[in-house]
Amino acid sequence: MVDTALTAPLVDSDEIVETPARRALRRLIRRKGAMLGLALIALFVAVAIFAPLLTPYDPVAQSWTSVRKAPSMLHWFGTDDLGRDILVRVMFGARASLMAGVISVGIALTIGVPLGLAAGYLGGFTDALISRITDAMLACPFLILAIALAAFLGPSLGNAMIAIGITTTPIFVRLTRGQVMTVKVEEYVEAARAVGNPRWRIALVHILPNILPALLVQATLSVAAAIIAEAALSFLGLGQQPPAPSWGSMLNSAQRFLVNAPWMAVWPGLAIFLTVLSFNLVGDGLRDALDPREN
Amino acid sequence: MLTFLGKRLLQLIPTLFFVSVIIFSLQQLLPGDPATIMAGEERDPEVIAQIRAQYRLDQPIPVQYAYWLKGVLSGDLGESMRIHVPVRDLVLEKLPVTMQLAGMAIVIALLIGVTAGVISAVTKNTVWDYAANVFALWGISTPNFWLGIMLIFLFAVKLGWLPASGYVPLTEDWRASLASTIMPAFVLGNSIAAVLMRHTRSAMLNVLESDYVRTARAKGLLERTVILKHAMRNALTPVITLGALELGTLLSGAVLTEQIFTIPGFGKLIVDAVFNRDYAVVQGVVLVTATLYITLNLLADIAYILVNPRLRG
Repeated sequence: MVDTALTAPLVDSDEIVETPARRALRRLIRRKGAMLGLALIALFVAVAIFAPLLTPYDPVAQSWTSVRKAPSMLHWFGTDDLGRDILVRVMFGARASLMAGVISVGIALTIGVPLGLAAGYLGGFTDALISRITDAMLACPFLILAIALAAFLGPSLGNAMIAIGITTTPIFVRLTRGQVMTVKVEEYVEAARAVGNPRWRIALVHILPNILPALLVQATLSVAAAIIAEAALSFLGLGQQPPAPSWGSMLNSAQRFLVNAPWMAVWPGLAIFLTVLSFNLVGDGLRDALDPREN
Repeated sequence: MLTFLGKRLLQLIPTLFFVSVIIFSLQQLLPGDPATIMAGEERDPEVIAQIRAQYRLDQPIPVQYAYWLKGVLSGDLGESMRIHVPVRDLVLEKLPVTMQLAGMAIVIALLIGVTAGVISAVTKNTVWDYAANVFALWGISTPNFWLGIMLIFLFAVKLGWLPASGYVPLTEDWRASLASTIMPAFVLGNSIAAVLMRHTRSAMLNVLESDYVRTARAKGLLERTVILKHAMRNALTPVITLGALELGTLLSGAVLTEQIFTIPGFGKLIVDAVFNRDYAVVQGVVLVTATLYITLNLLADIAYILVNPRLRG
């Protein structure tokens, strides 16, 4: 005889099928802000990749007959002090900004996550040492440290990305460490330890996947911060070097022609704003979508 | 309380040690030999040897670090290689300018951020709440150097209401001083206002759902009294201490803002030093900002405990 109470489903079958990742995706899709952010990011990525196909102009070719022309049908965003089309430079500038955002956060993740895992999981002296170095780095204001590093490494886009990446690292060390401290006392980690898994396996297979949501949210928000930092370093002449286009360096030259050619300052700034806004929207959306307390 | 303070102060020692190591290491990242760079284009071997001996570059790195640290601990941050002025004097000269700017920025940030946060929380899910959230997103996403340029265009170039750049000390003419610093202070305060707005909103929402607020309402108190006297007082404590921690953002922001508005403060000092390859100044400025930040962090922690009786042990 079969006990019907035991065979009857306790919860709705749909809820059993839905994985946490699927649930997060469903919640994310429902958020208009995050979807708008994703659409804008996709647009900027497409523009950055296909820039050479989308425009007849060269981003670095100067034209002395088109110096500081106001926006027109010929040059939608106008031209700069060297007669270069601003729209084209904004389009090509997206490459430097997006690359800087993603690569510097990639550097920060590559260094920060293993260090945070080691600090949180091993504890003791390793934790104390890593935590104090992290505190020391966090004590130096982000942009000041990035400027100092970029200055000592030498001005270039590559070095700016390294400087931003290193400066962003302590955020990921601290976040990973905190998350590991919470997760490592969970029963499934205890169980993994009890069956004799080695420490590296527990850290990588059982702990890391469970802290990924928090890292994903922080990474998205950090890309936004890194894009602003790259623009700031390029604005100061420590990032992308002229004549290669970058939104930050475009703003730097625009500053000198604010009276006669204000359009030179409007477009690159708006491009930075929209890109950063998009990543912030997606980051906020992800945070809400991945929050188990949210419905 | 004393145990906590003791622990916090003890933790500061290794943190400050590592800050000094990081800052000293920056110099080691320099491509090439610093003595050769400092010797100029002639690169006279005698001059190079003399510079090496003078700056102890011929000693092992740990010995160089020990000498550098000894100097720092006695208040000697080195000397500007370009203008041959002690870095300490440069810092003391520029710091008050940035402090004035930072002070004004914090006031602006608190006024805008806290007001927007409170309004957003008490009008949750209304147009006001959405507007405040849009403002926060705008503040966080706007690069302050762009905002600065746009404000110069509007208020200096188009309307002619404010000076586009320059700085007048408060002691010289307070009106002109305010006019020269209001735009940069707003630029600096804008992003912090956005962060404070989010903190205030979330703290207020938590407090508004608490039992004592419900009790105050049940007693028949005016909604204004409930919000201003009961809810805000408790909600703002963490917000104000969090605001203090925004000093890092302020100092980072000051670097660009002072550059745009040509204000001779701390930020401009570091940028000029970077471009003149005046590394002693760069190291000095980073060291002072880090120490300031750590001190303020500690003060914020103490203030938080002082105003929160439950945390006093």
